[in-house]
Amino acid sequence: MASFAWTIPLWPLLGWLLLGTLGGRLPRRVVSLVGCGSVALSFAASLLAMLTFPGEPQTVQIFSWIAAGDFSVAAGLLLDRLSLVMVLVVGGVGLLIHIYSIGYMAGERAYSRYFAYLNLFMASMLLLVMGSSLLVLFVGWEGVGLCSYLLIGFWFDRERAANAGRKAFIVNRIGDAAFLVGILVLWNALGTLDLRTIAERASTLSAPVMLTASLLLFVGATGKSAQLPLYTWLPDAMEGPTPVSALIHAATMVTAGVYLIARLFPLFTHPITLLVISTVGALTALFAATIALVEWDLKRVLAYSTISQLGYMFLAMGVLAPAAGLFHLTTHAFFKSLLFLAAGSVMHAMHDVIDMRRLGGLAGPLRYTAVAFAIGALALVGIPPLAGAVSKDMILERAAEHAAAGGSVLPLLLGLLTALVTSVYITRAALHTFLGRPADPQTHPHEAPPVMARPMGILALLAVFGGLLGAGLAGAPLLRFLAPQFGEAAHVPAAAGGAAPTSVATITSPLAIIVAVAGVVVGLVAYRGRRDPDLGMWGRLARSHFGFIHLYDGVFVPIAKRLAWTLAGPVDLGVIDRAVNGVGALLAGGARGLRRLQTGYVRHYAAIILLGTILILAYWVIR
Amino acid sequence: MVPLAYYLVLSAVLFSVGMTGVLVRRNALIVFMSIELMLNSVNLTFVALSRSLSSIDGQLAVFFTIVVAGVEVVVGLAIIVEIFRSRASVNVDDVDLLRG
Repeated sequence: MASFAWTIPLWPLLGWLLLGTLGGRLPRRVVSLVGCGSVALSFAASLLAMLTFPGEPQTVQIFSWIAAGDFSVAAGLLLDRLSLVMVLVVGGVGLLIHIYSIGYMAGERAYSRYFAYLNLFMASMLLLVMGSSLLVLFVGWEGVGLCSYLLIGFWFDRERAANAGRKAFIVNRIGDAAFLVGILVLWNALGTLDLRTIAERASTLSAPVMLTASLLLFVGATGKSAQLPLYTWLPDAMEGPTPVSALIHAATMVTAGVYLIARLFPLFTHPITLLVISTVGALTALFAATIALVEWDLKRVLAYSTISQLGYMFLAMGVLAPAAGLFHLTTHAFFKSLLFLAAGSVMHAMHDVIDMRRLGGLAGPLRYTAVAFAIGALALVGIPPLAGAVSKDMILERAAEHAAAGGSVLPLLLGLLTALVTSVYITRAALHTFLGRPADPQTHPHEAPPVMARPMGILALLAVFGGLLGAGLAGAPLLRFLAPQFGEAAHVPAAAGGAAPTSVATITSPLAIIVAVAGVVVGLVAYRGRRDPDLGMWGRLARSHFGFIHLYDGVFVPIAKRLAWTLAGPVDLGVIDRAVNGVGALLAGGARGLRRLQTGYVRHYAAIILLGTILILAYWVIR
Repeated sequence: MVPLAYYLVLSAVLFSVGMTGVLVRRNALIVFMSIELMLNSVNLTFVALSRSLSSIDGQLAVFFTIVVAGVEVVVGLAIIVEIFRSRASVNVDDVDLLRG
């Protein structure tokens, strides 16, 4: 590995150390400089690594972490095509959002704490995507989970934010527990946790082991990537600062599950696993999109949109198109963080009002933000040639081919239906927020300062032109770059030298565009005049998350709470505390008894010495 | 010649007398003298056995005991004198600062 590449995760880590220890005493300009500078250095190192990348995967071992007999785990970093793509996406989007944060958090008291957390997040995320063994990956995985918790609850004096942070942490625990068991299963079966070795030897695993391990890892992925049924934490995570939502809960951390599957893709090629992944992905995509239709909080609409788009990525993994999934991950990082930053700009202008019923008519005063939001929305909807169109069409094409080759038809149908609903809900959000008359004419919103506007501009450019990374017209550089990693599954377009598309795929792409445009038209008609039509039973169903709210609030949460109270009362206070206090009382009582021996009279001591001597003598005599 | 057993019995009697004195008397000086009595009963045993076994070792041990006893007297009497100065008493039961 090039000598500088291992510093990629190091810079933000140093930034965190500096800001975490001295940040409170540094002037704000220095804090901004350290916070953004460390990420900039890391991004520069990633770019250099990309330019000097020799083509072969490279690893650097930092130290030998565990060595016990035949089993050893090296703490090392891996730089290959997949991790390079991830590092560039994470570093690039991360840098832009760090810069945006300077403006967004300008009035914040805990300014340095914010940047310290953000830098720690970057370090963990880069470790996650660069870790060479499953255990190092897991460290990064938990690190980003911790930072997510800290940043969701950044304003911990608000009860809702503190609760949302805890919720994210607890729901993720479920997935992480399964992930850890999956790691143990793999270790038991293969005797190694090295990612490349696992990927190479996955085909030698027996079918049941492969199925168990892959499904356990997938449960971990559903937790981190907010898929059914562990999606509930992500909408609540919107309590955090908006740049955090853009960075962690849209562009990077929540895609860790997709990365995990792409990284160990050969392990997930068991037919049942693929079916589970594509079905969960497709169902989540439609499910979250319908909820977004009835949500009034702009940021939560975007959160459900993120869940839905992550569903697309999992769908892609499930139909054997990992490269298409990663392509969508990349374009989604661009347009969704753009949408979030635009929403953040709205909040900035409207003094933290985010309920769409209290917004409206912002296209006038916030022209720049409105244009940015529109670009992001069109990219999300999939209007060519914007980024989302190319990547989403590619996933749907693969789903169509998969169905034509005898696979499940469900992913394709749900994918197309989701595309329609996506267009409707984002049109609704745009109409409610930016058009019509202001809900409150007294407010005088002001446009975002340049430090916030510029990153939005760059992201808007990426959202427009990002599709070229995978478009056949431009030679699909991203897919060709990933081709050696995935082989056939990279699906390089024909125009860029790949295999000719099947007839099914050629119909799908126009169909997807028609569906997207139809959705926009439906949205414009249905939500004209900024009024929501009554959706009747479907509206009520979507508002209750199709029963998931009742399932969680009525079954799981009470059970968990009762268990917690049982553990806290009878078990903790009754058993554990009593045992500990009992040991203390026993010692204290014994000591009180033994004190009596210490009379202070020399005679008594002498008598005891005599007694001891007699006993010892008696022992020797009798023996 | 006096048999060895006589010496040993006398030594045991002297030791028991000394021990009883240590345990029952309260005057520090008497306790002190009782300790000396115990030491010397042991000395008597050493010397008797030394002669009976025709070995010089026992007599060597006696010299050690005498030296130690001498040192003990120096330190012990100094302590008793100090206690008497501060408390105007040589009663060992008056000194119980170590009571738990």
